[in-house]
Amino acid sequence: MTMHREVLTGKHLMQGDIACAEGAIAAGCKFFAGYPITPATEIAERMARRMIEVDGMFVQMEDELASMAAIIGASWAGAKAMTATSGPGFSLMQENIGLAVMTETPCVVVNIMRGAPSTGQPTEGAQQDVMQSKWGSHGDYEIIALAPASAQEMFDLTIECFNFAETYRAPTFLLADGFTGHLWERVVIPPPEEIKTVERKKPVVPADKYLPFKPDEDLVPPMACFGEGYSVHVTGLTHDELGYPKTTDPKIQHELVNRLCEKIRKNSDKIIRTYEFMLEDADIAVIAYGIPSRSSLSAVKMAREAGIKAGLLRLITVWPFPEKKVEELSSHVEAIVVPEMNCGQVVREVERVAKETPVHFLSKIGGEPHSPSEIFEVIRRAAKA
Amino acid sequence: MTAIQEFEKHPLAKYLRLERFPHIWCEGCGDGIILNCFAKALDDLGVNMDKFVVVSGIGCMGRVAGYIKCDSFHTTHGRPIALATGIKLANPKLTIAVISGDGDLFAIGGNHFIHAARRNVDMTVICSNNFNYGMTGGQVGPTTPLDSYTTTTPYGNIEHPFNLVHLAAAAGAVYVARWTVLHVKRLTESIKKALQKKGFKFIEVISPCPEIYGRRNKLGKAIDIMKRYRQISEIRHGYDPAKAEITREKIIVGEFIDIEKPTYGELLQKQFLMIQKKGDGRLKLRE
Repeated sequence: MTMHREVLTGKHLMQGDIACAEGAIAAGCKFFAGYPITPATEIAERMARRMIEVDGMFVQMEDELASMAAIIGASWAGAKAMTATSGPGFSLMQENIGLAVMTETPCVVVNIMRGAPSTGQPTEGAQQDVMQSKWGSHGDYEIIALAPASAQEMFDLTIECFNFAETYRAPTFLLADGFTGHLWERVVIPPPEEIKTVERKKPVVPADKYLPFKPDEDLVPPMACFGEGYSVHVTGLTHDELGYPKTTDPKIQHELVNRLCEKIRKNSDKIIRTYEFMLEDADIAVIAYGIPSRSSLSAVKMAREAGIKAGLLRLITVWPFPEKKVEELSSHVEAIVVPEMNCGQVVREVERVAKETPVHFLSKIGGEPHSPSEIFEVIRRAAKA
Repeated sequence: MTAIQEFEKHPLAKYLRLERFPHIWCEGCGDGIILNCFAKALDDLGVNMDKFVVVSGIGCMGRVAGYIKCDSFHTTHGRPIALATGIKLANPKLTIAVISGDGDLFAIGGNHFIHAARRNVDMTVICSNNFNYGMTGGQVGPTTPLDSYTTTTPYGNIEHPFNLVHLAAAAGAVYVARWTVLHVKRLTESIKKALQKKGFKFIEVISPCPEIYGRRNKLGKAIDIMKRYRQISEIRHGYDPAKAEITREKIIVGEFIDIEKPTYGELLQKQFLMIQKKGDGRLKLRE
């Protein structure tokens, strides 16, 4: 039997990081540049072995500054491109993440989050880079970030990341905690025809009529890549629709930066994914993402057994933040519980949107995920209050 | 006659984005001469501009990517070589030239330079060396000579400068040359040679910055600096780049290195064919 080279259809016992690499390949990724870092190294190792088999390209760069630059270059050369890292590398990548935003370069950045700040806890999972994902590079921009909570989702959501990156011409993040990255679980890879992939929009006009940064109605400009005869100029400077620097015209800066934000904001309904469990009649809602959402599910079941009407809202899309969903939820629950593996990041967004509804935050850092009973205790306290 | 019509008469006009001229460079700056030599090299070689990409970083020379009519990328500061590596490896059919300044390529971007040279990625890197950061008003850089005055070395520079050709050769470049902007014909021929050769090629071009570096160090007008180049430059092909340090008395120019070595792309292609031959057996991956 000849196996499909890109899509390893079947049931596998697979590590989250490896599932991420396989998801990328299934999505059509043909270029990977990276630098070794715990707990994301397995993605690079898998790509080093696999890229060459699918006529793709793997390169280990000299650092994460270079890795991020290389995937931008590869994307402009026409390849679907990805890099993977953890906190320290993610910090170095911020410079060129901004370049990818400004130049509207489709690419995927995987961050397998570990304990921080600085070198922190290389082998321990955390969720401390969520705000950095939104605000890490200088300037105003919107970003798409998805948070998987299983090895299966490491596969599925990596494909989604590529599809969003190609659709919106924006760097897109897979934001996984180190536990999910290192989790070995069953992963089901569907047949290739069942995997939906998206390709970037190409120009339909000849080169002399093409304005490389003139958006269509969806606010996304069609993308001509290098070598296709369009003589495209790309710059990180504020530029006009032709792509030429226009750095002192307030109108051009205003329109460009707002469009970069709006093309994500206006499509947030298409980007936002959530999972709901027993929320219909809930008095207490737990809002979680990544590994804590799994303990939260158990905690909600414990609460129901104890006669407390609890439910779970799991954020699959963290950025753009699912404001409408959380706002609507906060209008009919008595309290919200937010467990996170940081000192309080997404909870700030929840508090901003929930307004009057009390929000109970449960921080856990150090290298152990929340236990279900820890979350259950907070649900019980919230129910009594 | 409009300005653009005037520009169109230039024999190399078809290689330039005329709507972007006049350029931003100061009077007497050498960057325009480098652009001219580069365009002449493209013309002499009859390069297919649809498959040619120019990448530059930040600084005066960094603006060049926006002046040449082909696919071009004006990157973040220091990153043009890393970005060009991605372009070349993702589409090996493209020919890549990185044109930037000494600060961009050797201070903030120094790490990318040595590693691309070590990997022998197929690209031509041209460095306009004007001994300081011109665009930001003349600060000390990695090539600023000892004792020179810049805005950040008001009492004279106490940092030893890089000898760029030595650095490039040591890092593994297959072609290393140095010229001044006075040597327009030799520089053009050197660019042509580099563009036709496979692997990581490096050309340093000594370029006057009369308005900023020159003024602060009392080097005179552009023409005086060019005269000085004529007096102190010496062509020594095959000279040991380690000994080719630039001094106030002498600038050794010429082709220092011209060797053959498998490129990253060639070695990858070999590996690729080997794996393809092994066939699908390899695809039954163990987790």
